[in-house]
Amino acid sequence: MTGRRHALGRNRSPLGRRLLYGLAEHAPAVAVALCFLLPLMISVLTAFMTQHQAGTGSLWPSPWDFGNFRRVFTAMPFGRDLLNTVLYAGLSTIGTIVSSVPVAYALARLRWRGREAFFLVVLAAMMLPAQVTSLPLYVFYSHIGWVGTLKPLIVPSFFGDAFSIFLLRQFFRTIPGELTEAARVDGAGELRILLRVMIPMTKPAIAAVGLFSFLYAWNDFYNPLLYTGNSQGGQTLAVALTQLAKSGHQNAYQLQMAASLMFLLPVLVLFFLAQKVFVEGIALTGIKG
Amino acid sequence: MTTTVARSAGTVSGAPRRPARGERRRHPSKTRWWVVLAFLSPFVIGLATFVLYPVAATLYYSLTNFQAGSYRPVRFVGLNNYRTLFTQSDNFWIAVRNTVWMVVIMVPLRTAWAMLTAWLITRVKRGRNVYRTVFFLPHMVPPVAAALSFIVLLNPVGPLNKLLGLFGIGEPGWFSDPAWSKPSLVLMALWAAGNTMVIFSAAMLDVPRELYEAADLDGAGPFRKFRSITLPAISPVIYFSLLTGMIYAFQYFTEAFVVSGSANVEASSNELIGYPARSLLFYSTELYQQGFSYFKTGYASAMAWLLFLAIFAATVVFIRASRRFVHYSGGDR
Repeated sequence: MTGRRHALGRNRSPLGRRLLYGLAEHAPAVAVALCFLLPLMISVLTAFMTQHQAGTGSLWPSPWDFGNFRRVFTAMPFGRDLLNTVLYAGLSTIGTIVSSVPVAYALARLRWRGREAFFLVVLAAMMLPAQVTSLPLYVFYSHIGWVGTLKPLIVPSFFGDAFSIFLLRQFFRTIPGELTEAARVDGAGELRILLRVMIPMTKPAIAAVGLFSFLYAWNDFYNPLLYTGNSQGGQTLAVALTQLAKSGHQNAYQLQMAASLMFLLPVLVLFFLAQKVFVEGIALTGIKG
Repeated sequence: MTTTVARSAGTVSGAPRRPARGERRRHPSKTRWWVVLAFLSPFVIGLATFVLYPVAATLYYSLTNFQAGSYRPVRFVGLNNYRTLFTQSDNFWIAVRNTVWMVVIMVPLRTAWAMLTAWLITRVKRGRNVYRTVFFLPHMVPPVAAALSFIVLLNPVGPLNKLLGLFGIGEPGWFSDPAWSKPSLVLMALWAAGNTMVIFSAAMLDVPRELYEAADLDGAGPFRKFRSITLPAISPVIYFSLLTGMIYAFQYFTEAFVVSGSANVEASSNELIGYPARSLLFYSTELYQQGFSYFKTGYASAMAWLLFLAIFAATVVFIRASRRFVHYSGGDR
């Protein structure tokens, strides 16, 4: 978004006109921004309401109740579920990166017969709905005693993820072929080229893919619902939050919102720390080839 | 940048692509096969275990009366499951109708809204990044948290209806009214459309300013400028957004499951998935209910295969139909 030529000339117009222009420029955007923020503001405010007040349509907490965030820990095993979520998101991110980078490299830089056909297979796997594979996988996992544990969520990520492979391949292809070619002429093996040339040059892209995969797991609902939904060892937070409403805490909107905000907070922190990576990464998924 | 747009869309559609410029092979020698295999091996194993085997097994299950966890002998029943779906299940057809509703209504609206908000952002000169952050922020909210937020916001006696009441506008029942439940989900989808918005705004800001200036000199109005300059430039993004949105809408699950599950706490039963009045019964929620609540594995597998075929067919039709409407600059294709 840099280097845009602004059509804005020098402001020589009188103050009133400038104000009017400013208003016309910003009013629609501000209105839309408020709409976007409304649900979040309501959630935050509700999290500070008393049980009595939450869900009544009040907009402003009176009195402010700061105890809801503490109460979440007694209403549900929040700490345990948080740990599960961190394990799922963290380990599956590591697995995805470790297993997808070499495949993407082979698709982007190695020369072999059937490469384009194999890439189409990756695309097809990317578009395959989870529902089509989840029935046999559920049967398989329950045979080997994995249902109720985090294993069905984490282990598959160590075998490559189609979407990450696709993205990484696109990124790898933007690296000039001369660089890898030069290393090859110098007698470097492919693994060495990948580790010493490719990965150092595409660190931001790999970080973006890692962030996407972390968020995917953090937000994932369908798979944890299937495999850990009734687990003794606890769920991930995404599932546990929805069960809070069903476990004798009916109409406890203030607890739900408090728990939900604590679930959301790490994501927002990540977002503000790595905003550039996110926004540019998303623009890249749609645009850059 | 525009040529890369063309290339990416070509890749997504699976059309044969040309090697990129600067990538021309100097040494056409091939990498040794065992090196390639070593790089591919984790994914090849994964593909076989987590994709190919399950897809084949689902097809097989769909032809049997298999019930996971039951000791009943598995019997081959031919196309019975499919016949039951088509002729004896009204849940199935309700789920199909609701899902098609989402594909036809939600996906275009979401695309249009992303386009509109992106356009708003490009119009702002100062503070553009602030708006972009705010518009994008809801996309970061996990779907489950978003659904819970909207349940509070759209509670029939909740904050939004209170605000609407102040202005004397009607107070719909949102998630608890069958006529409003799907539109409420659409509202939620619009709220979280920030990712598409970012792609649109990048494409819009990429259009050379000179084109608009030239059009101004020719006396073109804003509508004409949009149709002749902006629209062709963003047509690959529209295409991308509609295609991915359609595939997503076919599998629409989380928000619907959370919303209709929570609105339905009093019943405290999974049987009433799709509350209210089955207006939120979508294909994936029905499949989940049959496969993982009732463990009618064979029956649910038939549903899964039909979903697979439907997505595949719709994708092919969409790609064919849109070929004429998507403009790729640079004459790449």
